[in-house]
Amino acid sequence: MTYQAHWEVVIGLETHAQLQTKSKIFSGSSTAFGAEPNAHASAIDIALPGVLPVLNREAVLCAIKLGLAVGGTVATRSIFARKNYFYPDLPKGYQISQFETPVVVGGGLTIRLPNGDEKFIQLTRAHLEEDAGKSLHEDFRGKTGIDLNRAGTPLLEIVTEPDMRSSEEAVAYARALHALVRWIGICDGNMQEGSFRCDANVSVRPLGQKEFGTRREIKNLNSFRFMQQAIDYEVQWQINEIEEGRAIRQATVLFNPDTGETRAMRSKEDAHDYRYFPDPDLLPLEISAAWIADVRAGLPELPQAMKARFEADYGLSPYDAGTLTASRDIATYFESTLALTGQLSAKVVSNWIMGELSARLNKEGLEIGAAPVSAQQLAGIVCRLADNTLSNKIARDVFDALWLGQGMDADAVIEARGWKQITDTGAIESLVDAVLAANQKSVEEYRAGKDKAFNALVGQAMKATKGTANPQQVTDLLRKKLGG
Amino acid sequence: MTDFLNASLRQLSGALETKDISAVELASLFLDRIDRLNPELNAFITTNREATMEMARNADRRLASGSAGPLTGVPLAHKDIFCTRGWLTTAGSRMLSNFVSPYDAHVVEQLATAGMVTLGKLNMDEFAMGSSNETSYYGPVKNPWDVTRVPGGSSGGSAAAIAARLAPAATGTDTGGSIRQPAALCGLTGLKPTYGVVSRYGMVAFASSLDQAGPMAKSAEDCALLLDAMAGFDPRDSTSLERPKDDYIVGLDQPLTGLRIGLPQEFFGDGMDAGVREAVEAALAEYRRLGATTVDVRLPNSSLSVPAYYVIAPAEASSNLSRFDGVRYGHRAADYGDLNDMYCKSRAEGFGAEVQRRILIGTYVLSHGYYDAYYIQAQKIRRLIAADFAEAFKACDVIMGPTSPSVAFAFGAKSQDPIQMYLSDIYTISTNLAGLPGMSLPCGMATPDNDPSNQAMPVGLQIIGSWFGEAKMLNAAHQYQQVTDWHLRLPEGMK
Repeated sequence: MTYQAHWEVVIGLETHAQLQTKSKIFSGSSTAFGAEPNAHASAIDIALPGVLPVLNREAVLCAIKLGLAVGGTVATRSIFARKNYFYPDLPKGYQISQFETPVVVGGGLTIRLPNGDEKFIQLTRAHLEEDAGKSLHEDFRGKTGIDLNRAGTPLLEIVTEPDMRSSEEAVAYARALHALVRWIGICDGNMQEGSFRCDANVSVRPLGQKEFGTRREIKNLNSFRFMQQAIDYEVQWQINEIEEGRAIRQATVLFNPDTGETRAMRSKEDAHDYRYFPDPDLLPLEISAAWIADVRAGLPELPQAMKARFEADYGLSPYDAGTLTASRDIATYFESTLALTGQLSAKVVSNWIMGELSARLNKEGLEIGAAPVSAQQLAGIVCRLADNTLSNKIARDVFDALWLGQGMDADAVIEARGWKQITDTGAIESLVDAVLAANQKSVEEYRAGKDKAFNALVGQAMKATKGTANPQQVTDLLRKKLGG
Repeated sequence: MTDFLNASLRQLSGALETKDISAVELASLFLDRIDRLNPELNAFITTNREATMEMARNADRRLASGSAGPLTGVPLAHKDIFCTRGWLTTAGSRMLSNFVSPYDAHVVEQLATAGMVTLGKLNMDEFAMGSSNETSYYGPVKNPWDVTRVPGGSSGGSAAAIAARLAPAATGTDTGGSIRQPAALCGLTGLKPTYGVVSRYGMVAFASSLDQAGPMAKSAEDCALLLDAMAGFDPRDSTSLERPKDDYIVGLDQPLTGLRIGLPQEFFGDGMDAGVREAVEAALAEYRRLGATTVDVRLPNSSLSVPAYYVIAPAEASSNLSRFDGVRYGHRAADYGDLNDMYCKSRAEGFGAEVQRRILIGTYVLSHGYYDAYYIQAQKIRRLIAADFAEAFKACDVIMGPTSPSVAFAFGAKSQDPIQMYLSDIYTISTNLAGLPGMSLPCGMATPDNDPSNQAMPVGLQIIGSWFGEAKMLNAAHQYQQVTDWHLRLPEGMK
């Protein structure tokens, strides 16, 4: 959305990515989603007297991966701190987090804007912390239920600099980060289950002003669409407030998807004093250079590097390369297909993935990992296109058949349905002769100067062969017979 | 026939092995005595004859099958700060007056694995905050030497129980002196290990960076046997140290020839009772006769230890005690309005005055704008104190001095004046701040300065070791106990 010309929007995002570890960050309980309330709540998770936290090495591994993937600095020494506040779903009365010395400092992500431009968003930091449980206000008639299954689930909070200037940029960043955390396998990215959720710090200032405006923080945005809506509403609200002479007060706000509005939940005046201090139950987290080197060696090729390679090696446009590297699953699908078709088909494969395949996936709400047409099957279609067995039109029919599970692979479908393209010159010549003989009227019209009549003749030839005749050969021969 | 009530752990172990007595008989002997004397002393919060007997029967089976260890069948009691499966675990607080632990603390598990029989759970200052056992929700524990006087704290129940021969040994915890000061005031031997030697898992936390569990018993040799069973790496405590286990027993009999004893002038200044000074000086003379030499050392920052401690310990406590909110377990107020009201009422009712005072102090020193001035400064002092000790240990093997500036004081003498109470731990606190091991052993009897007509009360000698110097301290204490009998004395009324 475009804002009034003399206002500039400033956005910073804080993202909580739930890490894909089997057990919790400080206990051995399972992190599996959807269990009966409190089924995954051990003595440590419910904070019985005397229990102590022990750091999960896997969670640290995830943080190192992220740090390396964003080009940040993985701190060789970081400190866990206690963030103290009372809430029924916070069993210890404090959250173990990192405050002054986080595990990752700096780095950033390159995002692609809708107009095709790229922009680098700097990260401030990323730190490890535990999630809280859930308060369940329904189902208990005047009481609140506490479910501590989520309590202690490992989170990586990834914080940007206030680098974004529109809701579109914020969404582009969130999407890029979402793709990256899944790419490196540290977060499943499931936004419905809360595995990836963002807080947006939003402020506005007159264009050209150096100082930031007062910000309000929109909490818990769990879809990209809501993020866009929430920021757009918030920006307009702030501009209206200022233009009507009211100052913005720092506050935490919630977005209501039903009304499309943001509303303050608490203002700065009653903000908590969290009384952070280093957690004496945990030693400083020390990460050796050797461990970091090991993790670096094991990292997959990252999207930016892969995108550059696609452009350089396969001659793809930046747009195509960017789309194909939007997720690791898409990239894997593309490369698996290409491995079977050969590099020369890169553009064709790219078109199929971004065209036919994406359209069908979108229509049916599927992720590429669940596509009914496998990379091997798509490669089969592309190969039959390349050797002229299939026309583009028939190729789409083959794709449909495979999508519906009607055949093992392209060749089986072609064979079963007799869809092999007719490219035999003799066969095409007899076909053309037959068409010319049977459609004298069109021949005359064509000779009288009606170009349209030519198309009708081609159509007749294709119809007669149920589309399997090679259209180019038919066209060429017709022109020849009709005397060019 | 062995005098089982006054026997050492080794003697008990021997008697069990030779079937002079069974574990069941031994446990009964102590339980009967507890039934008889505890109503007066109030050392135990909980006993459970059935559970005790079950453990004793198991121990007898082990003894019969030949799979017994040196402590199998030997009874002991746990300070009520250790979570004990199936037992009420109150930490001396109304807040946990309904809390039956579903799990065992590491220490409890270790001693049970060794085959020791739990006699019950011992009274203590509420959440280990106190030096007189007057802050317990379950009422004060009385000193068996003089029931008008305090047993010390916070492990006062442990000390009184052993002094009155209600148990041959007990566990304690020491955050600022809570093992050593009551051991001194009740005429016992108690040891606080180096921070990280004994796992804190399952110990209700007071101040996490200072808390350390340790043994309390009649003699150094008993403490060595107990520490051997208690110590060792525990992966469930991130501050537990992964290092080869020391042998606390093998070196007990080494002669002290050449032992260098450091005497910090800061521990021998004003503020110490004359009788305490006299007893400590006499003990030092005994050590010289045993072949040790004494050398003057300095701990220039030790005067800052009490103020630094009373920033750090309450800061950690204020956070550690946040989990007691009435939501999941523990005391919840009967009537309340909203959530905040539930928190306020439950905590106001559940915590006593001293605990509330420390939560308030801790909350204050951690709050925005004060953190740097208090908490950070205190941590810096802490580092200086540790550096002082490191410097002092270049010139000596152990440090000695008084454990407490006075003998046991009368009930009420200090309970209205927190500062006076805090100063009871003036000689013990600095070792916790530095993470060092320390112990107290009986070295004489003295009348209180402010009441010379009172009967004489036990005096404690404090030994401070260098980091991981437990074996050295135990050796020094054991050798002293070979030539003295202060540790064998029994309170008049308890014979």
